[in-house]
Amino acid sequence: MTTTLSSRHPGVLATSPAVEVSLAEPRGRLSLRARGDLTPFARVLGFALPERIGQRAEEHDIRAIRLGPDEWTLNTPMAAVQRLLEAFAAIYPDHPHSLVDISGREVSLVIEGAQASDLLSIGCARDVEAIPAGEGRRTMFDGTTVVLWKDAADSYRLDIWNSFAPHVLDLLKTGCAELAAEARQA
Amino acid sequence: MLLIHCPYCEETLPEVEFVHAGQAHIARPDLPSSQTDEEWEAYLFIRTNEKGIHAERWRHVHGCGRFFNALRHTVTDQFLTTYKAGEPRPELPVEGGDQK
Repeated sequence: MTTTLSSRHPGVLATSPAVEVSLAEPRGRLSLRARGDLTPFARVLGFALPERIGQRAEEHDIRAIRLGPDEWTLNTPMAAVQRLLEAFAAIYPDHPHSLVDISGREVSLVIEGAQASDLLSIGCARDVEAIPAGEGRRTMFDGTTVVLWKDAADSYRLDIWNSFAPHVLDLLKTGCAELAAEARQA
Repeated sequence: MLLIHCPYCEETLPEVEFVHAGQAHIARPDLPSSQTDEEWEAYLFIRTNEKGIHAERWRHVHGCGRFFNALRHTVTDQFLTTYKAGEPRPELPVEGGDQK
């Protein structure tokens, strides 16, 4: 039966000998839309927003990824959300922008192991191996829009909307079982 | 599967990340109330249904989210070029050269 992933405890959800899928700890998530001069936002954040779509920047455990020409997602510790909302609100009159707390909208799955790319290839038409480590992309995974963070060649994080997460997890579980069966045959 | 180059992401990506959004370069009249019924009908409904090279809008909906324009050959389905929204339709070296 499907249960919402946000009601589960963080931990391992599916495994095979060479890849493991786990639910990440809750994180603060903020969606930032801004245009024009970005230096005031860099001053508030303490680091420059990434300039190319898919690029990431990180400092003090606050991670920023550029998703579109005027769109970023900030992934922060839960405790930092309120501070950032207030700091951005202070510069709003001079630098209009949109900053929305979307922490409750998504969960993150961590996919790690030598076959992590193989597992993702069952739902993602994109060549995930071609994404440079340390970057990320918004893409499509089995019909669902996800944000894929590539931390290393064999380590990914998937940000998925809550309502789609059970569907995506079911597919990843099937994929893990297939990879495990292949490993047994080999 | 078609591979489409997104001019904003500057990557060539699978078709499933994109949606088609109709013919490109159709400007909405500045003053709709000044239009005759025929002009308004032409704006709303009349499209070229090109057999050959067609300028059309696409949206990278499962990616950067932006609309952009593409020149696609409607017979071969080949994408000849893509360009950002707001830019004029580019001239191709030999339009339709080997696309027959």
